[in-house]
Amino acid sequence: MLSETKYKFLAAEVKKRSGLVLGPEKGYLIESRLAPLARAEGLAGPEAVVDAMMRGDQRLCAAASEALATHETFFFRDKTPFDLFSEVMAPALRQARGGRAFKIWCAAASTGQEPYSLAMLIREMSGMSASILATDMCAHVMEKAKAGLYSQFEVQRGLAIQRLVQHFDQSGDSWRVKPELREMIRFETGNLLEDFSRYGQLDIIFCRNVLIYFDVEAKAKILDRLAAQLAPDGYLVLGAAETVVGLTDSLKPVPGQRGLYVRNQTAAQGAPAAARAVA
Amino acid sequence: MKTCLVVDDSRVIRKVARKIVEDLGFACEEAQDGKMALDQCRKSMPDAILLDWNMPVMNGIDFLVTLRAEQNGKRPVVVFCTTENDMSHITQALRAGADEYVMKPFDGDIIGSKFAEAGLV
Repeated sequence: MLSETKYKFLAAEVKKRSGLVLGPEKGYLIESRLAPLARAEGLAGPEAVVDAMMRGDQRLCAAASEALATHETFFFRDKTPFDLFSEVMAPALRQARGGRAFKIWCAAASTGQEPYSLAMLIREMSGMSASILATDMCAHVMEKAKAGLYSQFEVQRGLAIQRLVQHFDQSGDSWRVKPELREMIRFETGNLLEDFSRYGQLDIIFCRNVLIYFDVEAKAKILDRLAAQLAPDGYLVLGAAETVVGLTDSLKPVPGQRGLYVRNQTAAQGAPAAARAVA
Repeated sequence: MKTCLVVDDSRVIRKVARKIVEDLGFACEEAQDGKMALDQCRKSMPDAILLDWNMPVMNGIDFLVTLRAEQNGKRPVVVFCTTENDMSHITQALRAGADEYVMKPFDGDIIGSKFAEAGLV
């Protein structure tokens, strides 16, 4: 159990680095996530990790922030966003772009199941071309995503057997995403608190199940900055428990299509266009 | 209520699987080999079949091929559930008419996910 001073220091440090809010109800995370980090670092326990952080160990501050992030994901998670991709977003953009490739960004892509699920859908549609950028703040998580190597357990959550056969090669006890899918995706470390302009203009942004960990102010700022990167006819996809309502005027929900948001053109007219310049 | 036939020669696996499919809302029947499963299907065709591969008397793949040739034998959704976890077994099962494939070990989440893929839940 951490003292209040140490808890507050840890929470402030994590919030500064990743935006994640470590509320009092998240106390259980400290033991379950920092104990393995302590073992890996040869430290006595979670408290020793925080002590080292307080002494100014920057590497450990970064490692602790990464360890406290949640990476839970699986292929075709929640299904609806992927149906909306196939049935609404992709057909609309294919028509609007006249067959030109469009750009997708999976923000907080974790271990890669989301971008690979989208890549599978794109491969399965005829005449569809798209590039996918996948980012996550955790370097080791991005490494796993880039390798595209999944355990037997991971490939059995959300993935139809036909897709396993079509899009994976067996590699010992694991399964590796085929090269043609891996080539569609660029993996980079990226933090939602940092500038997005280097990503250019995106046609579709998936940013699911991550804003729930931020406070209201951070959510609002991130949503505004996501909107600024979105093409005028682009789409933002949020998690089922997330919304833009009450947080920003730059985005609005698409009626009847849960989790899908578009730019609010009336609000955007007066907004600064600076962030759109780098396309 | 939908019915699910659990076919496995291990009593322990049948017990675990029964709990999972009952939690998913199915009425569960059991058979300990392919021959017994076939007899049960001829009496009453289930909606779903959770099928082991290696069993005495009649194995899972022989059962599936025979079932699919029977009258109404195309109706049940067949989900293999086996320790045979290599690509050649999976493709063989799909060619024989399996709808989904679970590689053991499994848990409730995996069975639920596969049943959803197969349109059962």
